[in-house]
Amino acid sequence: MLSITHYLVLSLALFTIGVIGVVTRRNVIIILMSIELILNAVNINLVAFSRLFGDVSGQVFAIFIITDAAAEAAIGLGIIIAFFRNRETVLADEMDLLKW
Amino acid sequence: MLQELYEFFKPHLLPLLYAAVIVLVLPLLAGYVVLLERKVMADMQARLGPMRVGPHGLLQPIADALKLLIKEDIIPESSDKWIFWMAPLLSVTAGMLAMAALPFGPVFQIAELNVGLLFILGISSMGIFGIVLGGWASNSHYSLLGAMRSSAQLVSYETAAGMAVVSAVILGGTLSTRGLVEIQAQKHVWFFFLAPIGFFLYLVASIAETNRAPFDMPEAESELVAGYMTEYSGFRWALYFLAEYTNMIVVASLATILFFGGWLRPFPNVHALNFLDYLPMLLMLLVAGYSLYRAPKQPVAIQKMVMAAVAGLCFLLAVALALPQFAPAGTLLASMKPGLHGAFWFLLKVGIYLYTFLWLRFTLPRYRFDQLMKLGWHFLIPVSIVNVFGVGITVYLSRSTDEGGMGWSVAAAVALTSVVTLLAAAWLAKKGEHEPAPPATPESV
Amino acid sequence: MFDVITFYFFGGLAVVSAILVVTARNAVHSAIFLVTALLATAGIFLQLHAEFLFIVQVILYVGGIMVLFVFVIMLVNLDVAARQTQFNRMWPFALLLALIVSGQIYAVVHYAQKGISDPLFQVVAAPASALEPNSELIGQSLFTQYMLPFEIASIMLLVAMIGAVVMAKRKV
Repeated sequence: MLSITHYLVLSLALFTIGVIGVVTRRNVIIILMSIELILNAVNINLVAFSRLFGDVSGQVFAIFIITDAAAEAAIGLGIIIAFFRNRETVLADEMDLLKW
Repeated sequence: MLQELYEFFKPHLLPLLYAAVIVLVLPLLAGYVVLLERKVMADMQARLGPMRVGPHGLLQPIADALKLLIKEDIIPESSDKWIFWMAPLLSVTAGMLAMAALPFGPVFQIAELNVGLLFILGISSMGIFGIVLGGWASNSHYSLLGAMRSSAQLVSYETAAGMAVVSAVILGGTLSTRGLVEIQAQKHVWFFFLAPIGFFLYLVASIAETNRAPFDMPEAESELVAGYMTEYSGFRWALYFLAEYTNMIVVASLATILFFGGWLRPFPNVHALNFLDYLPMLLMLLVAGYSLYRAPKQPVAIQKMVMAAVAGLCFLLAVALALPQFAPAGTLLASMKPGLHGAFWFLLKVGIYLYTFLWLRFTLPRYRFDQLMKLGWHFLIPVSIVNVFGVGITVYLSRSTDEGGMGWSVAAAVALTSVVTLLAAAWLAKKGEHEPAPPATPESV
Repeated sequence: MFDVITFYFFGGLAVVSAILVVTARNAVHSAIFLVTALLATAGIFLQLHAEFLFIVQVILYVGGIMVLFVFVIMLVNLDVAARQTQFNRMWPFALLLALIVSGQIYAVVHYAQKGISDPLFQVVAAPASALEPNSELIGQSLFTQYMLPFEIASIMLLVAMIGAVVMAKRKV
């Protein structure tokens, strides 16, 4: 009934929506949230294949990805807070200190 | 087709019944815990507490619930209506969902999860959302400040609570709630005696997790009005309160399962003490007798009737507990004994733990917020890490030599590791004593 | 049959919540929709018989990372940002590119199994009991085969903690 293609298509849909969020939105916090969506899509992929082959390594890898996402979200949000204190903005367009 | 549907749902009917019982009984139970709290507070302050509404105030929760239901529903003008509506629901849902994995006896459990303990911890961490979003949606400074403080406190003490739970899981070897109680039955000892420091760490962390005094800075009346609950009135406030008391019951149940043997009576394997099996029935008869004794002394006729009804209810419970005890072995009635007696012992232990919560509330003064955070991060988390090491070493020391241990006696191992952990805790406490209070800068939250 | 219903329910919930995350105007609404999307993903994990990962997703992602996000959104005052344009100037072009890339990946997925009637590609090929008992298997795997990545991950978390504290301090 359910084949691996179902899970791959679901993962692809979430991945695409995450990518659209990253390249389209101006608010940096929402860009970070879209990155979390991308990581979740990859997790679904890994766990689906882990179930297909009966090997638990896929789930272990997914755990490492979740750990990684936590670390990256913490640092990313720290950077946003530090930047907000300097420039009073969270919009990606206005973060142009290094431009000519 | 209908037959197929019935076959599909049949194993789920009994858990659905349990779930319905919990959802219907829990608000009433939380209301009576509030009444108990007011009576205990009154007792510790040398007065009587609510006495007017029912006999000895027994109908007070019903009156309170009615009042809250018919109060005007005030929603602040500039609040985010949708999130304002949803936040109390999140808190209540998280609290009630955690009840799904708790066994209230050997029979009464909605879902036997393999990872039940982790499930309860995870769902409790979801309850933080209700607080944060509620404080933010109220669009008021007090609410936001209270919400931030409350969620910072919850997040800090979650780690300490989790590690105290881990020390019990090391002893039990399983994450399933029912499995932990069964291992305690097998080993003939409650985990409290094998990991006492873990229990005290969990006690402190759970008081902070449920925002109870002495850690109730975020919702204390003299501090921030009511913290994140300031703008909520009527039934929405009742939902937040229900969530808080549900969390208290969940945390108490978890402590009972982990450290006090769940539904086991004291010394379940010792046949000489089998007379303890009559204790539940005797207790209920005592309560029924006392209610019957007080009934004629009530001032008003309706209170006399309610008191007599309470006596009758307790007597029925005593009969329900006695029947399986005296039924001949092998009948249906006798097979209900573990379920009923187990539920009684479980609720008794949960009640004692809740009484400790109430007792501490009215005895200890409140912690200042920075003292609270310092206690959580600088004291509880290091001590709980040392405790996890200690329990691991206890297990290694008390295993027999052919299983890879050192063959010590359990008491010696527990004594040694407890002493080491207490020394570490004393050192940490001494180290934190001489730090001066931080300067009151405007940006410290 | 129950499997299919739960898959479509959680999958649909995940996709709808993800779309709402990306298109919401208010950042707090976006965060709430992301919580729903993460819970739906946890549901998919549960449906794939990965119980431990379901719990880890709820505890870490929803209970940890999303609380962090909501905290930061409240610290960073976003009333001003909510009234400005939400999408950058290149958004039609970016959308088109993203859709083209996703179409390419879908083509790979589709043609990879075209003409293959191999039951290897049916998920029920591996019985669920191969992954039971889930927590024990993951524990064994984490502490024997993947011990080095486990230790490196804990060091990475320590580094991230130090970095976040340094980054968010007022006076360095």
